[in-house]
Amino acid sequence: MHKQARLRIADQAWVKWSLVSLALLVVALVLVVPLAIIFVQAFSAGAETFWANLTDEYTLSAIGLTLLVAALTVPINLVFGIFLAWLVTRFEFPGRKALITLIDIPFAVSPVVAGLLYLLLYGSNGWLGGWLMDYDIQLMFAWPGIVMVTVFVTCPFVARELIPLMQQQGREEEEAGVVLGASGWQLFRRVTLPNIQWALIYGVVLTNARAVGEFGAVSVVSGNIRGETNTLPLHVELLYQDYNAVGAFTSASLLAGIALLTLLVKSMIEWRQARQQATPALQTDSH
Amino acid sequence: MNRSSSGWSLFDAKPGKRVLPGFALSMGISLLFISLVLLLPVTGLIAQTADMSWSQYWAVITDERVVASYKVTLWAAFFASLFNGVVGLLLAWVLVRYEFPGKRIIDALIDLPFALPTAVAGITLAALFAENGWYGQMLALLGIKVAFTPLGIIVAMAFTSLPFVVRTVQPVLEDLAPEDEEAAVTMGASDLTVFRRVVFPALWPALMTGVALSFTRSLGEFGAVIFIAGNMPYVSEITSLMIFIRLQEFDYAAASAIASVVLMASLVLLFSINIWQARYLRRLHGR
Repeated sequence: MHKQARLRIADQAWVKWSLVSLALLVVALVLVVPLAIIFVQAFSAGAETFWANLTDEYTLSAIGLTLLVAALTVPINLVFGIFLAWLVTRFEFPGRKALITLIDIPFAVSPVVAGLLYLLLYGSNGWLGGWLMDYDIQLMFAWPGIVMVTVFVTCPFVARELIPLMQQQGREEEEAGVVLGASGWQLFRRVTLPNIQWALIYGVVLTNARAVGEFGAVSVVSGNIRGETNTLPLHVELLYQDYNAVGAFTSASLLAGIALLTLLVKSMIEWRQARQQATPALQTDSH
Repeated sequence: MNRSSSGWSLFDAKPGKRVLPGFALSMGISLLFISLVLLLPVTGLIAQTADMSWSQYWAVITDERVVASYKVTLWAAFFASLFNGVVGLLLAWVLVRYEFPGKRIIDALIDLPFALPTAVAGITLAALFAENGWYGQMLALLGIKVAFTPLGIIVAMAFTSLPFVVRTVQPVLEDLAPEDEEAAVTMGASDLTVFRRVVFPALWPALMTGVALSFTRSLGEFGAVIFIAGNMPYVSEITSLMIFIRLQEFDYAAASAIASVVLMASLVLLFSINIWQARYLRRLHGR
């Protein structure tokens, strides 16, 4: 690429460095400073206050509920994502493309609308909610409702990571496995899983990040009961509205930490893939 | 978020026998999940709005305050996605075309708005742009007020949807065949002409897709916006918040009516983007 550099546009040093500087300025102002200020604010009253805020009774209960939601949401969407990806990449059937578009719905729908849909159906006025009431089952304004809307909001992530990869890899390897007499489970375990493991990990990490951080949908169905139905993002809002900015940013810094971990995992997976792709290319070059 | 994900509608398998196991199982699980999680909740919305007469429905969705919220939301999303079109193109260009120190970190950071919970983004931007915040102080010198004005809505929307354009343009720019560009440069065309006539036409379908995704996401954004918008009726109130307010007034019918407008708008956008994307990908690959 460097040899062709003279033939491409905008490769003069001054153009390059002005554009790079401009981009760095944008990244600094739009991404780095906001990220930094979360931690600056969280520690603005000292490490002791940070710790006190973190170990506050309601903060701990919000962390607990958030972990519970993620622990239930991730496995559900993992299983669904794998089955859906297997279905649309390994078989041909009418309506296949419609199915792929359908799972994008949560990406397009406003989280508040998503929460409302669940509230209308399962709330005490809803046709299913009324029936559940008769059996004394309350889903809305309780933790099961939070899990349900979170499953809705995060269900595309695993599938969207797996589908392009599994399409690209094709089904030859698995078909060979069938010819060799592998059972369905053996096929998945020995052939498919090793091929998709990194995309799967990334899908899980994304699902987890969004499950932990969902705000709009959860705030519609939560009822915001401190110590009971308050997730970490809702706790951030409550503290912020109580004019406890330091407390709000303390909880926010936990969520920002999870976001940073998500980015780290993503980068590691991408660098790994780049290395894997680069190695065979070098070998063919040396021929 | 995955760079390759814009290419998944390319899949074009030859019809053949179903050799692989699990068709019935994966079809059953996928359909059950999609029906229960994605489609069934919509029935609650339909039931709720069906109770209203047409004139009631019309009165709710054309209420003066609600119409003002449509306008605010649409204009803010428009400017936010316009901003992201320009900045996203710059970032994608710099990341693909140039080598510079820290490039990998910048590339990883681009996804921060997707990984960071929206409530965290909201309080962070509000803190930065408040009158005593780092950015707010500087902008105040210029007489610009961002926090608690419609400008704040644009800032929040632009932040949360920043990665879309970068991640749709980046792969196209990477795959761009150098021949046309080199030929034009060799024949003595100016850089600007080459960009306008050769490079930009190849990029603009991806750019448009990214801008459309950014716009769709901005329309539904809630968590980040409400902290910075000030939420003044008729001035800085977004439609998602209108739904939320109607819910808090226990006016489920009005909330549903407004939500049905938002839901239809986002579904139309989603399907249009999918069709448009499939079409340009086909053209791109000559199929």
